[in-house]
Amino acid sequence: MKRIILSTLLVSFLSVMCLAQNKRNDMPKLDIKTLDGKMISARSILKGKPTVVSFWATWCKPCVKELSAIHDALPDWEDEVDFTMIAISVDDSRSEHRVAPFVKGRSWEFDIYLDPNSDLKRALNVATVPHTFVFDAKGKLVWQHSGYTEGDEEELLEKIKSLSDK
Amino acid sequence: MAKKIVLLFFMVSLSFSIYAQDQGRLSGNFQMDVQSYRADSLIGADAIPEKMALNSYANIRYELGDFSAGLRFEGYMNALQGFDPGYDGVGVPYFFARYRFDDLDFTVGDFYEQFGSGILLRTWEDKFLGVDNAMRGIRVKYHPFEGISLTGVVGKQRLFWEYGPGLIRGLDGELRINDLIPALKDKQTLLSLGGSFVSKYQADDDPVYILPENVGAWAYRFNITRGALHLDSEYAGKINDPSADNNFIYKPGNSLIVNASYAASGLGMNFSVKRVDNMSFRSDRTENLNKLMMGYLPPISKNYTYSLMNLYPYSSQPTGEMGAQGEISYNIRRGTKLGGKYGTQITLNVSMVNSLDKTALNDTTAIGANGTLGYTSEFFKLGKELYYRDYNVEISRKLSKKWKFTGIYQHIAYNQMIMEGKGAVINADLAVLEVTWRLAPKQALRVETQGLWTKEDKGNWAMLLAEYSISPHWFFSVSDQYNYGNPDEEKRVHYLFASFGYVKNANRIQLSYGKQREGILCVGGVCRNVPAMNGFTLSITSSF
Repeated sequence: MKRIILSTLLVSFLSVMCLAQNKRNDMPKLDIKTLDGKMISARSILKGKPTVVSFWATWCKPCVKELSAIHDALPDWEDEVDFTMIAISVDDSRSEHRVAPFVKGRSWEFDIYLDPNSDLKRALNVATVPHTFVFDAKGKLVWQHSGYTEGDEEELLEKIKSLSDK
Repeated sequence: MAKKIVLLFFMVSLSFSIYAQDQGRLSGNFQMDVQSYRADSLIGADAIPEKMALNSYANIRYELGDFSAGLRFEGYMNALQGFDPGYDGVGVPYFFARYRFDDLDFTVGDFYEQFGSGILLRTWEDKFLGVDNAMRGIRVKYHPFEGISLTGVVGKQRLFWEYGPGLIRGLDGELRINDLIPALKDKQTLLSLGGSFVSKYQADDDPVYILPENVGAWAYRFNITRGALHLDSEYAGKINDPSADNNFIYKPGNSLIVNASYAASGLGMNFSVKRVDNMSFRSDRTENLNKLMMGYLPPISKNYTYSLMNLYPYSSQPTGEMGAQGEISYNIRRGTKLGGKYGTQITLNVSMVNSLDKTALNDTTAIGANGTLGYTSEFFKLGKELYYRDYNVEISRKLSKKWKFTGIYQHIAYNQMIMEGKGAVINADLAVLEVTWRLAPKQALRVETQGLWTKEDKGNWAMLLAEYSISPHWFFSVSDQYNYGNPDEEKRVHYLFASFGYVKNANRIQLSYGKQREGILCVGGVCRNVPAMNGFTLSITSSF
């Protein structure tokens, strides 16, 4: 009797752990806006690849520097690693409508989303922009960085490389 | 048997806690700003009896499947100078629990919500500004099927450690036409329509006036996108709402915002117009400054990060204004003669804001006299008084792998009387040159040179900033703002400031020392006055 109970427990224990492992996703269950104005689940932007998510705003100088540096480096990075680059703007209704022309005007090619009342920013505990996150292929948050100084993109590249090596 | 039950209980709870630990996520952040104050009569800085002040915040958030909950600790020991003294002591003013189950999404406790562009309702927070008008109550979001979303809120707004007297009830709906009508699903033109209704209830205990206890307000909006073209607009109106802001007039209010933009590769353009007529909306009719604001009126001007460009910042005038803003950004392609090896970015921006045209009701009543209907205003007529002008051009270019520069020229006209209640219209010319030199792949020197020239107010300013950074951990900077043109020769002061910082992942420590000028700190057109300071500043932020 004891053995039956124990083995049943052990099996359920292990299965719960496996289940938990598969379901892990560190992106909060909140919605963000596409440039077309459609609300989508923030989780849906993680598509089974290592993903860089950078919070920025059109009025934030270091943010624009960081994204410009990534834009310049992107063709080389993509030769080295398979990853997705995403930038989420926290511009509010004052400058939200400037985001699309701003991004297109600079020919940035990565995906841009909007978080106009900072809901996702708050849920990810971002105090100031720029703030950059790296999620692994399973959706686990593996690294984050606050602020930008010239050359920080090299550290970011190292992080994504270390993920794809695994 | 008892032992077995204990063992069973233990193992079940263990497996659940492991399940929870692995699937759930605990996260948070911590922020602390400490400032010491030394008296400096030359710049107008005061010492404070307690010698130093401290603001700190810590958020903790837990998410497990469809459930999330969080709280925020805040501590003001005592509040930094420039923050409202209503912030004092420590407490946990923010907590919530949220559950999303299929199409339904409930939040109880404190929350931040925005309807449309926020004219009627936007609860938000900005720790640097000391703004936090979170609602405490209930929010329900319902998404019955693709293309329809509904949000309902009921609650009161935060005022420091208390809640304002006004009870807010709000409903917002949005329809995405392309998702609703199958025939339009694959069309290139995307259309969405929205509407909101917000009502606040505040008892009338005014000894003089009979005031509306329930103030209703409504807004309609649309959003059309077709390829590179985009047009959106929101119109809002409200019934009469006599308040301290509008000097207790019984006039209804309205506001219109229109944004149009074009975004193609290498070329972006946008144009906005805005009209605001008696649209201050607070959950306490007697409040002022940044307290208990329900609506958010986005200012129609560009936001800058360079110091001198923030000497005369524009903020929205809820009692009335009309304005327009246009911007073109163009990327001269890389590899062309003009564009250089890496391309060149040019941005032109113009913002203009005037007063609202106001006509007296009759010969014997002054415009805006309390207890009257206030004034009449023609919808499309621009008022004659200049509030703000901003003409500027910005050029950024990367010259080589090592050298980058940004140059800005700006001309502004700023109605100081309207914005700050003193002075007159200030005309100023500004120039900024920022050069970044990458000494090594991870080392850079950045130099900012800024100038502001005006005959009014405090006269001319010059600024020099040099920052040396070693990625990914260190930065050092020194700056001097010099008010060399101050008409009062004694006040031609150098504001010297030095800081260094250490960053590791999401941890950041910064220590600064020096003089900071008196100024207005604005985010999103909402501002607070920052007094002059002389002393040390220590800032720590961390997220996990």
